Amino acid sequence: MPSLISPATWPALESAHSVPRGTSRGASILPLRLEGVSYAPNGRTLLHEISLTLVSDAATVVLGPNGAGKSLLLRLCHGLIPPSTGRILWAGAGNAAKEQAMVFQRPVLLRRSVAGNLAYPLRLLGLGREERERRVAEALAMAGLTPLADRYARSLSGGEQQRLALARAWVRRPEVLFLDEPTANLDPAATRQVEAIVKRFRDAGTKVVMTTHDLGQARRLAEEVLFLHRGRLLEQAPAECFFAGPATAEARAFVRGELLW
Amino acid sequence: MHYSRTKKWMPALVLWLGVFASASAAERFITLASTTSTQASGLFDYLLPKFTEKTGVEVRVVAVGTGQALKLGEKGDADVLLVHDPAGEEKFVKQGYGVDRRLVMYNDFVIVGPAADPVHTKGGRDAVAAFKAIAQAKATFLSRGDDSGTHRQELRLWEAAGIDVKSASGTWYKELGAGMGAALNTAAGLDGYTMSDRATWLSFKNRARLMLLVEGDPKLYNQYSVILVNPDRHPEVKLDDARGFMDWLTSPAGQQAIGSFTVEGQVLFHPNAAGGGD
Amino acid sequence: MSEIAEALGHAGRLLAAFDSGVWEIVLLSLEVSCLAVALAVLCGFPLGAALALYAFPGRRTVVILANALMGLPPVVVGLTVYLVLSRSGPLGDLGLLFTPAAMVIAQWVLVTPIITALTRQVIEDLWEEYEDELRSLGSTRGQAIGTLLWEGRYRLMTAVLAGFGRAIAEVGAVLIVGGNIAHATRVMTTAIALETAKGELGLALGLGAVLLTLALSINAVAYLTRDLARA
Repeated sequence: MPSLISPATWPALESAHSVPRGTSRGASILPLRLEGVSYAPNGRTLLHEISLTLVSDAATVVLGPNGAGKSLLLRLCHGLIPPSTGRILWAGAGNAAKEQAMVFQRPVLLRRSVAGNLAYPLRLLGLGREERERRVAEALAMAGLTPLADRYARSLSGGEQQRLALARAWVRRPEVLFLDEPTANLDPAATRQVEAIVKRFRDAGTKVVMTTHDLGQARRLAEEVLFLHRGRLLEQAPAECFFAGPATAEARAFVRGELLW
Repeated sequence: MHYSRTKKWMPALVLWLGVFASASAAERFITLASTTSTQASGLFDYLLPKFTEKTGVEVRVVAVGTGQALKLGEKGDADVLLVHDPAGEEKFVKQGYGVDRRLVMYNDFVIVGPAADPVHTKGGRDAVAAFKAIAQAKATFLSRGDDSGTHRQELRLWEAAGIDVKSASGTWYKELGAGMGAALNTAAGLDGYTMSDRATWLSFKNRARLMLLVEGDPKLYNQYSVILVNPDRHPEVKLDDARGFMDWLTSPAGQQAIGSFTVEGQVLFHPNAAGGGD
Repeated sequence: MSEIAEALGHAGRLLAAFDSGVWEIVLLSLEVSCLAVALAVLCGFPLGAALALYAFPGRRTVVILANALMGLPPVVVGLTVYLVLSRSGPLGDLGLLFTPAAMVIAQWVLVTPIITALTRQVIEDLWEEYEDELRSLGSTRGQAIGTLLWEGRYRLMTAVLAGFGRAIAEVGAVLIVGGNIAHATRVMTTAIALETAKGELGLALGLGAVLLTLALSINAVAYLTRDLARA
């Protein structure tokens, strides 16, 4: 078995979420619309009046300096925290939560085997044993974790843990994948592996929304850029345009690598 | 998954608990509420197997103070009582909690204390005089303080001596609220005086410097009786087996068995039933 | 002191001989306490986890209550269970007084608050770490209870051992509801109390040594299992 299977062999391609982009999917939860979303816990406003629309076409990278509110934006979109004001609207009538997954900067792995971690969300989805086993095997292969299937998940290296977290998102075949600084604590080799998996999601038709403060990574992965600064959305632009000439002074400074505060 | 596994255990656990409960119900037994003195002396270990062998009825002994034993009978938690507080017993029967009270055996109380005997009671035969001497010298005295038969008897002696021990409680007069063995252990530790039934004293192993000082006063006489818990009040009382036990205890065979129980060559309980069971 | 040396010698001889009488007592102690702890786990795990994960009116009161009940005096528990199981009490018809089942119930009452309170603490800590991840994976709070109990299994084992320690070492409650009846409800602690009352300090200490050995081996086995499971 190859260590990484190509998305073309993914059995779900026809059914779950690789409908050619641009056509309308009956059950699609995209586009995602944010209307005047603010987040102000205890009266301190951390995100100001953010309005945007995310469509299924492009991998979106959320850029901005530390403390800009990138992670909060992802957690709001994913439904982990409620907005203080404004609305977050997913398309379609289905259960939007089921069609999304999120990989955290420091994923919490369950105290069980690698394979056990992958089977866990499938059991929550109520899938039968056979289907679980098939999806687990496939995700293990996708993330290059097959030889580690029986290892205790918490004994894995940082890179392996992050790949397991991605594989755990993969088994759910999400339409949207949120990634919060997935390579922040990884060395270059592990980062490269993680980025390869992110591309695999992208190629399989998953809408990737990812935060990073690594400009190089943004250039490698982004098709669309959201630029956040001090809790405000300053720019939303196609990646080429953004990197060629940011519209705002803050974004220009950020792209030049200057310290922003 | 682990969760459903827990669920599978549950019936097994309930079953186990049920087996526990029914195992005790399956055998033929009666519950005898008795005193710490009879248990600690080893009498039951000697006596009861003889009865069980003869009748197949097991006797389960709950050993508490006489006061608590009477309480157990009152609530119907025992079938038979073997206790030693004639006054309390008569009241118990009069109030309708028990029936068919019969004398079984007697022994006597003794006053024990430190071998050095600072108040010079040694060799005396007058319990009241000894108590007076102890009170006068304010020598340490350990009282059971647990409303047992022994405790009740001790209080009657203080009363006879005209001494108000209540006001002295906590000074030289120490109320333990414990069984006979515990009281003897404490007396041994504090080099104090105490009153014990002879049986517990003779079989007590941790005497340290304690020795027997006063004995032989008729006031130290200690009568044991059996009482049947009133089956009219508590229909679950095992009437036939309980009465069978009382009959045996007061029969020549039972009486002979009581008389043949000795510790270090001494007879601890003297049978004195009125005659064969009726 | 010579008495202690003598007592220890007696203890050693008792252990070496290990007659059937001692076996019977040790076995009953184990059965009663294991069963009580198992029942306490069945109640305390879900209850503790629910206290950790669900907000409901009076939750704080229940938490404080469970914490306070950890220090419940065994004699009070014994007396209460006695009054309930007494022939004259509400459950008197079951005829459970002075049976091992009554002792199980008393110990269960003693141990459940311990396991509930410690479980709540463990699950609350874990929930802080796991909440985002589990919710993201699509877990409901109800499903999270099972997951977190399994995730906290090593720390919960400590709670179970604490409960077991309290159960097996407790004398006040089982003495009242069990009656310390020979061959029926005599367990190690009540036997120790009886032998002490007889002044048989050596025998009492010998039984104490058996109790200690047992507690040590159970703890050792528990920790070995945990290390093996992690390897």
